[in-house]
Amino acid sequence: MREAKRVKGRRSGLRAHKDRRAFLVFLAPSLVGVAVFVLMPFLDVFGRSFRTVVTGQFVWFGNYKTIFANQAFQLAVKNTFRFTLVCIPLLVVIGLAIAMPVSKLKSMGTIKSLYLFPLAMPTATIVIVWKMVFYKQGFLNLFLTKLGEWTGLWGELHTDYLGTGAAFWVLVFSYIWKNTGYTVVLWLAGILGIPSEYLEAARVDGASERQCFYKIILPNLKGSLYTIVILSFLNSFKIYREAYLVAGAYPQQDMYLLQHLFNNWFVNLDFDKMAAAAVCVGGFLFAVIMLLQRMWDSRT
Amino acid sequence: MDFIRSKIRWKDCRRNITVCLLFVPTVLVCLPIILLVTGSVMGNGELRQYLAPVFSDSLNFISWKLVPDYPTFESYGKLLFMTPQFFVLFWNSMKMVGCILLGQLVIGVPAAWAFAVYQVRGGRALFALYVVLMLLPFQVTMLSSYLVLNRLGLLDTQAAVILPAVFSTFPVFLTYGGFRCIPVQLFEAARIDGAGEWRIFWKLGLPLGKSGLLSAMVLGFLEYWNMMEQPMAFLENKALWPLSLYLPEITWAQAGYAFTASIITLIPAVFVFVWGQDYLEQGIIFSGLKE
Repeated sequence: MREAKRVKGRRSGLRAHKDRRAFLVFLAPSLVGVAVFVLMPFLDVFGRSFRTVVTGQFVWFGNYKTIFANQAFQLAVKNTFRFTLVCIPLLVVIGLAIAMPVSKLKSMGTIKSLYLFPLAMPTATIVIVWKMVFYKQGFLNLFLTKLGEWTGLWGELHTDYLGTGAAFWVLVFSYIWKNTGYTVVLWLAGILGIPSEYLEAARVDGASERQCFYKIILPNLKGSLYTIVILSFLNSFKIYREAYLVAGAYPQQDMYLLQHLFNNWFVNLDFDKMAAAAVCVGGFLFAVIMLLQRMWDSRT
Repeated sequence: MDFIRSKIRWKDCRRNITVCLLFVPTVLVCLPIILLVTGSVMGNGELRQYLAPVFSDSLNFISWKLVPDYPTFESYGKLLFMTPQFFVLFWNSMKMVGCILLGQLVIGVPAAWAFAVYQVRGGRALFALYVVLMLLPFQVTMLSSYLVLNRLGLLDTQAAVILPAVFSTFPVFLTYGGFRCIPVQLFEAARIDGAGEWRIFWKLGLPLGKSGLLSAMVLGFLEYWNMMEQPMAFLENKALWPLSLYLPEITWAQAGYAFTASIITLIPAVFVFVWGQDYLEQGIIFSGLKE
């Protein structure tokens, strides 16, 4: 008996050894690349964030103090926060509002493709359209003016959507436009993954649709929520493309995001500030991801 | 009886209304495409007339016609046959996307396999690191990429865009999702039959984990076809630029070109989207797999 156990133990030890070797062989190319292109240079950046750019003099937290006192940095952080805090809840709710009725349809292929299509549309292509829509003399004003004439409530409108505070909302709109599709797909996967017995049992017990939604569907979607928030967050940084193409490197100030700032620092070779800011933003994101993950783990 | 019938009818009616309501937002998806297509077959004179209010300061509004007065393929002809630069940019895009996807296949897929199949101490922590790296936006890693590319002397070559993307951890994560869906017993059985690890990967893993792999490719294509931040930061020579960066350079004065070039940029993306929609959806769902 004991003999057999020892043999088995040795076999599994061998297995573990073999596993480790195979693991390393398969992973090595990727790991080397990630180390060379991401990890090591990031350590370098971390080091540089404590030095001046030209002389390489060690200045402790000097660069960090500079960026936190920098007005452009404060503005960019504020706008980025505002953008994320407006967009993500909005996207989550809109996605769910669309996914719920879609999940009850028999054939949802067409509707899903239509909602997903903006994901495939290159930004450079869509920006031409946004410009035509949101310019002072663009389609939106034309439409609103016609609406005003028709209802008799207001006259001609000539709002400049890209040069005023409205620019922020143009960005929000184009973010939602682009990302609703995949949010719907993720919600749908979550909703269709709920075992139908749960809902049937509840209905037999006389639960109303509203009760089913709040007591069964929503609590079962926590996992999807975590995913959607993380992915929306990731994609919210890509809005820079639209912002840059619509309004350039120095847009109206409500639209000035961290991405603009990084890019402008890069162009001006302000590497010390960039290093400090990269460490701050990277650290912050890392903390948020870990926190979300912890929250999600503890609830299930 | 009547009461029940009317209730059923009301339910039918409500379902039809919801279907209609669901199609309303999709108008927002279709309109831009219609706009681009009609713009691309309009003559230059007609376009200028409609778009004039946009670049003058008058109070007139922009106008448009869904069917142009004189539909013409003039701008397609000019773009395709008289602008060789356009081809250079188009092939730049194709080349970069192709190299990136190929590199990701060769480097990322085995890595995903390693994470999915072998339970090794430290493996999970490493995977968590990969996930965090995948979530870091380009701007955070921009300076570090620049430093390493500078040291390797790759700046202002297309390799500067290709190499960092090849080692992106996003495809690893997606392909991992596909590999995880294969039952482990299958590998055990293959091992008992004496198959080596490489053979298992090649003969079992790749065919069965195909969906994860293809979804990584489809999402990757759409992402890199649309790539802007990387080439903008690392390529100064405009002859190396991808199409996605060149398009915005076209001014309103050449609106015809802009529309046509947009349509041509759109075509490969639409093609991949239509062909790979199932994988795209699968990929989105895999990207949501929580481990």
